Amino acid sequence: MIYSEKVMDHFQNPRNVGKIEDADGVGEVGNAKCGDIMKIYLKVDDNGIITDVKFNTYGCASAIATSSMATELIKGKSVDDALQLSNKAVVEALDGLPPVKVHCSVLAEEAVRAAVADYYQRKGIEKEIPGCSGNCSCCHLHDEHCGGDEE
Amino acid sequence: MKRIYMDNAATTAISPAAMQAVQQAWEVYGNPSSLHGAGREAFFLLDKARADVASALGAEKNEIFFTSGGSESDNWAIIGAAKLMQKKGKNEIISTAIEHHAVLHTLNALEKEGFKVILLPVSAEGYVTAEQVENAITENTALVTVMMANNEIGTIQPVSEIGAVCRSKGVLFHTDAVQAVGHIPVNVKEMNIDMLSLSGHKFHGPKGVGALYVRKGIRLPNLINGGAQESGRRAGTENLPSICGMAAALTEAIENMEKNTAKIVPLRDKLINGLTAVERTRLNGGRENRVPNNVSVCFEGIEGESLLLWLDAKGICASSGSACTSGSLDPSHVLLAIGLIHEIAHGSLRLSLSEHTTEEEVDYVLEVVPGIVKYLREMSPVWEKIVKEEK
Repeated sequence: MIYSEKVMDHFQNPRNVGKIEDADGVGEVGNAKCGDIMKIYLKVDDNGIITDVKFNTYGCASAIATSSMATELIKGKSVDDALQLSNKAVVEALDGLPPVKVHCSVLAEEAVRAAVADYYQRKGIEKEIPGCSGNCSCCHLHDEHCGGDEE
Repeated sequence: MKRIYMDNAATTAISPAAMQAVQQAWEVYGNPSSLHGAGREAFFLLDKARADVASALGAEKNEIFFTSGGSESDNWAIIGAAKLMQKKGKNEIISTAIEHHAVLHTLNALEKEGFKVILLPVSAEGYVTAEQVENAITENTALVTVMMANNEIGTIQPVSEIGAVCRSKGVLFHTDAVQAVGHIPVNVKEMNIDMLSLSGHKFHGPKGVGALYVRKGIRLPNLINGGAQESGRRAGTENLPSICGMAAALTEAIENMEKNTAKIVPLRDKLINGLTAVERTRLNGGRENRVPNNVSVCFEGIEGESLLLWLDAKGICASSGSACTSGSLDPSHVLLAIGLIHEIAHGSLRLSLSEHTTEEEVDYVLEVVPGIVKYLREMSPVWEKIVKEEK
């Protein structure tokens, strides 16, 4: 299995690694049992612009690279724009992912949505988040795999 | 950057002696089955290689069948023995939960054909006992297949004792000895082995060549029908260069085994001690009865593929049983079989040494690994939770 140079760059030099102590929104998705967890922290200003974003990820190189790329893609954007981030956009920005790793990009998309959902919840704003309950414990692909045999 | 190769359980570098044997055999272009001088020349090389492999195992020449490698040998032995015993109304096969996929997937295929497969569990240290095998044997048992040494965690199974149990019960016994031959003493007669698989590239021989030992008197069905090669049981003109390279490598490995073991074991133990000194790190597989070259550890809170790629960036070639490196979402079945939970099994690292491994290399690995583990843990939400729960 060969990763693109972009993936290796974002794996070896991940952007926006870390935590934000006074974050305005935090989203965590994935399942350690499946081998990847992503946690995204957002700092959002009064105009709804993401002024800072950090991530913590447990997982393989593509999990780390997709987290890094996803944070780059939403930094400086509005939270509503961030909600539009698709896993496809993350994959394209990384010059592709091996087929078995595409689920990592889905996880990145969901981590961003979970963080935005948390932001709206803290604000007390009712907001429908597409395809995300805000507390997903496993991404869709993982659901199929992990479902039913939780320890 | 100098490359540090610590993945010798995956494959080894070909030795100069093996390379020389390969090259010499390439020049002998005759077909070993031909009656003329060129053919005889090739036949003598083939015959010598067979004698060398037989002698390395304590077997007879006509008990050695050359194959394309360990997987083919495993498939042939297991399917062949199953079909052979099916004729006698026996349809149960006993094996273990930690076998190589060449065995496990073959057993799955037989299961679909109606065979009953019993996979014995192993201890937390990664061993099965002869008693477990004895208790599992019934009048319907067709075959017992238990690996000699595990490829991931290096544990050496009590093959002699298991063989003795099988012999006394009249049950066929096969062992996948791919990780053992050339590394630890093997004698098929003393160990009561009926069939044994080996692979050339695990002991500095060429890839794509192996052998199956089949005890005299066991009439395994043919694997490939055709000419008279391999006593007619595996037809096709022999891969003479590879066979000669394998025989040379095996002879060399056995000659140097004691010396190599004495060199590798202290390095292995230094690695084990150094790596398990990292907090929340465990050794996989017992310390006793472990092949000389295997180090397998799990670091909590990180995922193996990330670790591997960082090691690669530092010039270190290693392996992991994490899900991500296997192309599936499940971590290694071996690590799960020794009782590890998924979260911990994902953080596995296997380093497999050879006689070419140096103390400097070991020191470098011990210098580099803890830093990478720390770095990956710092960005890991799983590690964050572990630390929080500790407080």
